Amino acid sequence: MRYLLVEDNLELAEAVTKRLALDGHAVDHAASLADAEDCLAVGRYDLILLDVMLPDGDGRAFLARRRAHLETPVIVLTARSRVSDRVGALDQGADDYITKPFDFSELEARCRAVLRRRGGAARNQIALGAATFDPLAGTLRHADRTLDLRNREIRLLEVFARFPGQILSKGQLMDRLFSHDADVTENAIEVYVGRLRRRIENMGLRIETVRGLGYRMDLDGT
Amino acid sequence: MTVTGSIGRRLTGLLAGVAALLSVLSWWMVSELAREAAERTQDNVLAASATAIAEALRSEQGEVRLELPYSAFSMLGAIGEDRVFYRVTAGADLLTGYADLPVIPAPAVTGRVVFDTGSFDAEPIRMASVSRAVLAGTEPVPVTVTVAQTRNGVGRIAAGLSRLAAVLSVAFFAIAAILSAIAARASLRPLHEIAAAVSRRGPSDLRRVEHNAPEELAPLMASLNSLMERLGQSIRRSEDFIAEAAHRVRTPLATVRTQADIALRTVEDDAEKRRLRAMIRAVDESSRSAGQLLDHAAVAYRADDLARRPVDLSDLAAQTVAALEPAAAMKDITLGLDADAVQVRGDPVLLENAFRNVLDNAIKYSPEDTSVHIHITETGGEAHITVTDEGPGLGGGPVAALTERFRRGSNTECIVGSGLGLTIVEDVVTAHGGRVQLGAGKEGVGACVLLVLPL
Repeated sequence: MRYLLVEDNLELAEAVTKRLALDGHAVDHAASLADAEDCLAVGRYDLILLDVMLPDGDGRAFLARRRAHLETPVIVLTARSRVSDRVGALDQGADDYITKPFDFSELEARCRAVLRRRGGAARNQIALGAATFDPLAGTLRHADRTLDLRNREIRLLEVFARFPGQILSKGQLMDRLFSHDADVTENAIEVYVGRLRRRIENMGLRIETVRGLGYRMDLDGT
Repeated sequence: MTVTGSIGRRLTGLLAGVAALLSVLSWWMVSELAREAAERTQDNVLAASATAIAEALRSEQGEVRLELPYSAFSMLGAIGEDRVFYRVTAGADLLTGYADLPVIPAPAVTGRVVFDTGSFDAEPIRMASVSRAVLAGTEPVPVTVTVAQTRNGVGRIAAGLSRLAAVLSVAFFAIAAILSAIAARASLRPLHEIAAAVSRRGPSDLRRVEHNAPEELAPLMASLNSLMERLGQSIRRSEDFIAEAAHRVRTPLATVRTQADIALRTVEDDAEKRRLRAMIRAVDESSRSAGQLLDHAAVAYRADDLARRPVDLSDLAAQTVAALEPAAAMKDITLGLDADAVQVRGDPVLLENAFRNVLDNAIKYSPEDTSVHIHITETGGEAHITVTDEGPGLGGGPVAALTERFRRGSNTECIVGSGLGLTIVEDVVTAHGGRVQLGAGKEGVGACVLLVLPL
């Protein structure tokens, strides 16, 4: 996916750009509303992450101004957790908001929800052998069968789909799957992988256990 | 504020005092006039009587003779039951009447009636005296006719009129007092209207007061408006300050968290991963506490002066559920909402905050792959909002202690929380006149939070 990040704090912008790149997303950074206007004039984005307090104005005012002719969904990054502020941002035409500092899994979940609500403005469907994986809709299609996946299954499958044929350690999977507010044992990973493995049986995908190292997803016929 | 007297009462008192003074004055004047009128009537009759007697004098064979005309006394009879005395002297001789009736010092001019007051036979009397020269033989003899009458009748008439005047004065005073009260109230009405217009306002309405005001209130209104403006500015400034402070603190926190997240992706060592997770948890905890402290302050401020608007609880719950759905999805927690259309009167921002805190708690403490259920019904004239989860429950500790500030349950290890969530919920619900009950979920599994709000 292609993000436009409007954020004046360069360190945060850099970190977010790098973090999103780890998940395979492309990010353009605008440090001010004027920059953002320039970026929007030339580029097409799947999603805009908009800070509310910017050197050349209030992000919400920008929203109110641009909303009428802006197709791209907007998630507002707010530093305040007061309800009135959030409601205000939503009223101005933001699709959702997230409070700084944010959990990237939650950001991802919110992006997914926003894009799904917007009717799939940018569907990046991933071909997994004979099956088609739509992380946005959370579906896996194979021939005439469509499987609805739950949130965590989607995230797990997304990791495997990005690195087909590679061995992923339990630790790597854990970081993707769980937020950090709970200490999860590696057993939990086994439970989830086991569940996903059962669910995607007969879809042309296999998750192999590589003893002592982790897991690997193989596509049938490769 | 100390209340020192009342303008209304003071105004009423002043007006009534003036009315009382005027009443007493008018009573006194009427009494005096009545007495004087009665006396003048008596004087006129006495004068007429004396003159009639004087005119009946004639001279006969060189002597002054008098045949008393009865009409002279019958006209005196017109005034009550008073006794009448008379004396007619010719020169130094008593012609007829009471010899010891007091004499008015000699009237200077002949034919002119003079009056005096005296006493006779131990009774106060009024006397009229007229002199006339009667030709007896060759010499004119000065004849003095004095007619006197007791004053009981005059006193009675004067007293009667005075009583009537007193009754009228009291009535006048009563009417004036009522009118004073009405006038005072009418002149204070603009003040009451302005006070009502200001007190009808919501807690955050700091617009100028544009009520029509009489000239005397204009300085007060101007001061009030300038106070409003300064208050608004100061609130905006502190809100801006809080926003700015939150922004400045949270932005670097976000950087730290993101960097830690990136590091977590790249390091392989388990011990280092654990350290990074601990770091992320600490960042989350501090940001969450800061948020809840701000929320708590905002709740306390808004609850002090609660705005009451109709709020549809099912709409509000649906919004809250939609906002928290992604957070729940991360743990594959299903949020179920089953709401009747129940309306309460209250502050939607506060109620949303309370809902969010309850749901946030439920999601936070629920294990993966469970569900949280919200049920809203109208029961016995109250709105009941139940949130049940399938988590570890509330730890069996004292339930009241859980809503205390910064208190957390006994089974919350490893879960980020500030312990303010339920305090905020209770503050909001209490401010709306409701109550919070905590208990175990269905069949003793999980927790159940019940919010009861009056309709």
